[in-house]
Amino acid sequence: MATTLAKAADGTGTASQAARIEHVSKSFAGPAGQQLVLDDISLDVAPGEFVTLLGASGCGKSTLLNLVAGLDRPTAGTITTDGRPALMFQEHALFPWLTAGKNIELALRLRGVAKSERRDKAEELLELVRLKGAYGKRVHELSGGMRQRVAMARALAQESPLLLMDEPFAALDAITRDVLHDELTRIWRETRLSVLFVTHNVREAVRLAERVVLLSSRPGRIAREWRVDIPHPRRIEDTAVAELSVEITEQLRGEIRRHGQH
Amino acid sequence: MASTDTTPAAKDGDSLAGLEAGLDALETVQQGRRPFRQTFLEKILPPVTAILLVLVVWQALVSFRIVDDPTKLPAPADVWNVVRDAWLQGELLGYIWTSVSRGLLGFFFALLIGTPLGLLVARVKFVRAAIGPILSGLQSLPSVAWVPPAVIWLGLNNSMMYAVILLGAVPSIANGLVSGVDQVPPLFLRAGRTLGATGLKGTWHIVLPAALPGYVAGLKQGWAFSWRSLMAAEIIASFPDLGVGLGQLLENGRNASDMAMVFEAILLILIVGIAIDLLIFSPLERWVLRSRGLLVRS
Repeated sequence: MATTLAKAADGTGTASQAARIEHVSKSFAGPAGQQLVLDDISLDVAPGEFVTLLGASGCGKSTLLNLVAGLDRPTAGTITTDGRPALMFQEHALFPWLTAGKNIELALRLRGVAKSERRDKAEELLELVRLKGAYGKRVHELSGGMRQRVAMARALAQESPLLLMDEPFAALDAITRDVLHDELTRIWRETRLSVLFVTHNVREAVRLAERVVLLSSRPGRIAREWRVDIPHPRRIEDTAVAELSVEITEQLRGEIRRHGQH
Repeated sequence: MASTDTTPAAKDGDSLAGLEAGLDALETVQQGRRPFRQTFLEKILPPVTAILLVLVVWQALVSFRIVDDPTKLPAPADVWNVVRDAWLQGELLGYIWTSVSRGLLGFFFALLIGTPLGLLVARVKFVRAAIGPILSGLQSLPSVAWVPPAVIWLGLNNSMMYAVILLGAVPSIANGLVSGVDQVPPLFLRAGRTLGATGLKGTWHIVLPAALPGYVAGLKQGWAFSWRSLMAAEIIASFPDLGVGLGQLLENGRNASDMAMVFEAILLILIVGIAIDLLIFSPLERWVLRSRGLLVRS
């Protein structure tokens, strides 16, 4: 029942995994009594690993991400993470009363970074997401893709070894999304972060991840896992990506069909 | 997957950077400044026309003897003369300053009380259940109603005036903050929590700035209520020792059956109320909304 927050592992540390989800269940009080949303989920994310959680509506993937982020508590089971994970949402969730740079500085400030270092760090992070010169821009002056990149820089400012992403590109147009896929892959490979990425887009999952985890719906259970060994740089049009996507989609459709059978 | 960061990969990175720069440029909207001519035509000309029209109708009513009684309706020029005389005798600024200083000081106290009160109602469930409904109910109580009890409790003095202003403005300011806090998108709170802004830090870094638009709207309304309450208090409880403010000026005009003086007082009350709003609260509101991209140019 306890949610343990293990401290950063320095060689002798306790957390050999970036995230360890052990027998986690979650139920909510619904109109028909307690409703089980997640059922006995066990999943590890290794340091530096990129895992996508894939599932149809009602599989509880966002619920699981909230649990890992510490925004909610599991009904049963334990979740161990290496410090407080960073989280990116489908909406950019940038604060409109701050400039792009100050949004990042707020994350640094809340982490206890000294005032004198914040500005340089924020500029550095903006450069990492290729938004040099956007420091003084207001959120509403940025395009959708730029906002998500600032949100990514803000998440990276937390310097958490684990980045959780809740369908962060779902609201973007196809061209921008494709570019941000490349961008995320590049940043992940540069920083060696562990990423747990939630999506309902099979190709996105295959294109980005080293491991794809398929969740069944109502309640969410782990249905199957695939290891993705396609070399980088990948493209959404690659045959290898397409082939694996077809296989995963078949399985996903099978999971969805089960719900129409009674 | 072992990475093979050789020339092709680096080249790929460069082309990605170029692609992104292109997308950013395409999707960013350029905004220019509005030319003065347009501002004049859209913002300045319409109200000036409306005021001129009122003056023309007023003058016509007097000139064509439709209202043929200067004790009922003085000519615009008569009112102007009264205002000019007051100015030349050095009394005009005195009237205005007496009322404005009372109004602003009262508003300042209302701000000091209303802000923590609003925060308390917004954030503490018990307090909200206890006094939330009373606070919003108080807004619909005309503050004139507070003048008789204030006079009985405090006597005919300045504290009575401030008490009436407080009772009029505090509910507006507190309610503005409460509705501002209620309208903070839950996403901001969640985002704040993942960044480590919980408890007091969350209130300071997330809730208060997010609630600012509602708070400023409350301040604006609070000022309107302060000014109205003060005028009610000055008219009802006029007493020579208190110094002549705009409310007393109006009451003096009525006692002297001097309609030009009554008009002078009404106009000054209106102008001062609007001027404070235009000089302080409207720019504040526009700045808050514009910096968040919430102000759509019309």
